[in-house]
Amino acid sequence: MRNFAYRRAGSVDDARRAAAEAGAMLLAGGTTLLDLAKCGVAAPETVVDITHLRGLDTIAHDPSGVTIGALAKMSAVATDRGICAHYPAVSEALWQAASAQLRNMATIGGNLMQRTRCAYFRDPVAFPACNKRNPGSGCAAIGGVTRNHAVLGTSQSCIATNPGDLAVALVALDAEIVLGERRVAADAFFLLPGATPQREHAIEPGEIITAIRIPVSAAACNSTYLKVRGRQSYEFAAASAAVGMEFEADGRTIRDIRVALGGVATKPWRVHAVEAVLKGQELSPEAIDRAAALATEGAVIHGDNRTKISLVQRVVARAIINRKPRGIA
Amino acid sequence: MTPRSDVLTESRTKRGDAGDGRALGARITRVDGLAKVRGAATYSLEHRPADLAHAVLVGSTIAAGRVRRVDQSEAEKAPGVRLILTPDTIPALKTASNWLGERPSEGPYHALTHEIGFQGQHVAAVVADTLEQAVEAARLVTIEYDVAPAVADLRDSRAGAGTEVEAMTIAWGDAEAALEAAPAKIRREYTTPREYNVPIEPHGLIAEWQDEDHLTIWEPSQWIAGMARTYAEWFEIPYENLRMISPYIGGGFGSKALAYSYGAIAAQAAKLLGRPVKLAVTRPQTFTAYGGRAETRQEIALGATLEGKLLAIHHRAANETSTTGTWVERCGGTIAIMYATPNFSSKHRVVPVNTVLPSAFRAPGENPSAWGIESAIDELAYEIGLDPLAIRLLNYAEHDHQANLPWSSRQLREAFAAGAERFGWSKRSPAPRSMRAGSQLIGWGVAAGTYPMRRTPGQAIVRLLADGAVEVLSAAIDMGQGTYTILAQTAAEALAVPVERVAVRLGDSSMPWAPVGGGSQLANLMVGAVHKAALAARDELIGLALNDPKSPLRHLQANTLPVGDGRIGDLEIGAFLAAIGRDHIEVLRDTFAENGKSADDPFKTYTTITGGRTTTDNGYSAHSWCAHFIEVRVDEDFGTVRVSRVVSAFDCGRIFNPKLAESQWKGGIIQGIGQALLEEGVVDRRHGRVINNNLGDYLIPTNADVPDIEVISVGVPDFHATMLGGKGVGEVPIVGVAPAIANAVFHATGKRIRDLPITLDKLIG
Repeated sequence: MRNFAYRRAGSVDDARRAAAEAGAMLLAGGTTLLDLAKCGVAAPETVVDITHLRGLDTIAHDPSGVTIGALAKMSAVATDRGICAHYPAVSEALWQAASAQLRNMATIGGNLMQRTRCAYFRDPVAFPACNKRNPGSGCAAIGGVTRNHAVLGTSQSCIATNPGDLAVALVALDAEIVLGERRVAADAFFLLPGATPQREHAIEPGEIITAIRIPVSAAACNSTYLKVRGRQSYEFAAASAAVGMEFEADGRTIRDIRVALGGVATKPWRVHAVEAVLKGQELSPEAIDRAAALATEGAVIHGDNRTKISLVQRVVARAIINRKPRGIA
Repeated sequence: MTPRSDVLTESRTKRGDAGDGRALGARITRVDGLAKVRGAATYSLEHRPADLAHAVLVGSTIAAGRVRRVDQSEAEKAPGVRLILTPDTIPALKTASNWLGERPSEGPYHALTHEIGFQGQHVAAVVADTLEQAVEAARLVTIEYDVAPAVADLRDSRAGAGTEVEAMTIAWGDAEAALEAAPAKIRREYTTPREYNVPIEPHGLIAEWQDEDHLTIWEPSQWIAGMARTYAEWFEIPYENLRMISPYIGGGFGSKALAYSYGAIAAQAAKLLGRPVKLAVTRPQTFTAYGGRAETRQEIALGATLEGKLLAIHHRAANETSTTGTWVERCGGTIAIMYATPNFSSKHRVVPVNTVLPSAFRAPGENPSAWGIESAIDELAYEIGLDPLAIRLLNYAEHDHQANLPWSSRQLREAFAAGAERFGWSKRSPAPRSMRAGSQLIGWGVAAGTYPMRRTPGQAIVRLLADGAVEVLSAAIDMGQGTYTILAQTAAEALAVPVERVAVRLGDSSMPWAPVGGGSQLANLMVGAVHKAALAARDELIGLALNDPKSPLRHLQANTLPVGDGRIGDLEIGAFLAAIGRDHIEVLRDTFAENGKSADDPFKTYTTITGGRTTTDNGYSAHSWCAHFIEVRVDEDFGTVRVSRVVSAFDCGRIFNPKLAESQWKGGIIQGIGQALLEEGVVDRRHGRVINNNLGDYLIPTNADVPDIEVISVGVPDFHATMLGGKGVGEVPIVGVAPAIANAVFHATGKRIRDLPITLDKLIG
């Protein structure tokens, strides 16, 4: 069999050092690592087990935000009262992600590190060409079955969709990824494929995710995550949107708005253009439609994925409507 | 007077149940259920012989061509590796006969070949001491190919028109002329994609040779006798020397009735190594180690009067088959019998493409056939301005127009009536897009389904034991449909003992014969066989009581000698048997006579599919029937379809256990929801490869996709159909679900989807 070394990390520092070694991978919930090992994508030489590390699974609320330990389970975060009250988009994204079994195993930190569902990425034997797996080998997806591939943020090297739900909510709510000493904005944590699709996250060797920090905001309190998919449960998004909005005292003028897209881009896709045209505007069906059309600026169609463009615009519009105050048409 | 057990007094008969509410007909929880949920039921692949080796398959990554070279040098060096089989090294077997009992050739059979006909075809197998070692070594096998051009699927421009299957042609009247002259007509094309059985229990086997001539196969099997014959013929050993064991089956849906090449590979490895070998196909391999439902295409033209009365049905169908063999997904079944028409024409073609040979998947043939006609009749209803239910009743077939025979029973009108009433069909707003709740468009659709009665004799042993318990033995199988339970109920009924006192043993080729557990035949034929054997056992018991010189009951008469509840007369059966010097009574019976078949060749009857009666052989045309009423909610912006309500009414004759029958009906409906909305083998045409070969990407319904489903039985006992009046339950519920959903989607949205599955991109794209 293909043996690997198993190391049980004694501390966060120990884990950090161990994970820095070539061929090492962290084991938290294991739901992605085992899956990728089975399909031949992941072949770690060392598995560094961090599941037992203490103090990394807490959800700590304070007046300016919440710090979620990297080892908190998806299901624990989804049901946390403070998360539901102050960051509903985060709870809703988690509830709509994966399956109950996976949510009970998978950790928040690991969730951010999940890999794409691109069928060509996940079948190395049949499709040797994949710039993500094997830089410079080409992209088997381009020209193939691309119904679920990205329309935003693609490159000639890679068109694989980022599969995350939580990550979309985090990017919308200006969360930060805590890498021990260093903090990275969630939006910057996820990298565009460009010419280096093998590099998916702004994380350096020797760093591990220790927590996620979400700042409190009125927009976060009034946020939602809308996910559209063919199957009602346990399917990745055809298109999704995280939206948070704050209104002026008149109850109709938008003071603050955050919009991010999922299921359509190579990374969780913040759409500042949509936010910019709505900020300071009164909410109206026309304004929403006009703004939603901007969500897919720069979109590039690959083969079968044309539908994603109109779909995600409609998802953004519906998500905004779902969060508008009562009594606004 | 016969004593009545608790079960017998529990009368649950209600109108339409078609069960008599006694032991046979009672709503009993499946007898193997507790063992299954506790993990105590040992499935075939959980058998653990000593010294077990593990085989792992290597699949082709090209769709067509030839294996030029297999490099196994690295794999051979890997730890634990005991054997590597390749097209160069695998020994030849004897070609086995097919399911008709015919040998395609007298030549050798190679389970691995240099010629590649489809992606994923086995090209090598690695056997090692542990599964992990075999998996890793299999990765190290490298294969060089000479690639040939491939035809990816039915829609591939290189596929061509294929070959007409003349035996599938059905015609009466002059459909083309009648169609030409018809005042109202439609002509449409309906297609279904590749669909896969995806049972949760993977396929596979454990093969163990006892000596050179005796082989035992533990393998989930819907057809013990058929698969045992194949293995015996491959290895040229007497049938009796092949023991096939399959106590439980974790879902098959038609895919576990045949021995496939991986079985030959594992059994060969076990023989070569002299130790038992286990081979379990991986989830991705369940898409290539055997076939699912073939992709189909049907062109249907309907001609009618302006009032909606059918004048002609014209039908041209095709299915993909494999370049490696022929599978006919017979699309002319449902369409030929569902409606009354004076003119009919149906022809069928098969088109070879580079895919694994398709095979049986729940209601093969009838399912896509119903997709076509039940969509088309709905389109005609809108075209003419008739209610979709009214057009079905207007064209109700009072007899079988194809066979020109009366139905054995056809409670389809009753099914329409009961379903429509429970569903509230009369409150339907006729126009498309006229029912709405917020952003959700609501649609109501109806469609009918049918499945023919297949009937083969069966055989069973019934034993009365000294403690009053009863044993039933048969090589029949239980893949979840409830064979264990209803056979226990049958024996309990005939012998007047509580169901708990009956132990049923199935799934072993050393037991009495049974034919394939497929085609919705097994329950009826085995209930018949067990009932006959149990009554014979009872007669023998009474005969001994009255006639045996040592019998304490010798002075009694048959009509004053009650048997039941473990007693005969006023004696415990055990005490009686002891008195006459017996420890049990054993009776073996078959049902050749009851099915009008010759008992000359039981081997052929049970190991081929030629042993059964036709659907019409006794002057009646026998089928199960159903009517589905389905509500969908379609998000207008997103194109997402959710089934929100299902009411289905079934005519499956007498029901032996309503609880289990309802469970099967609901399961079939759920599978139909998957077929309608989710299931599709996605083919990369550049490579001829199905790329969603896992349960994360090949979507089947989750609980969240399944609404409350109400099922109603409107059947009546049908003794023209089967011995005890039942008709098939397992296949019919999936038939008609997909068109009912498509019809509801049209009613909701005004968009007619003729290509399954109904995905959101087809509705908003």
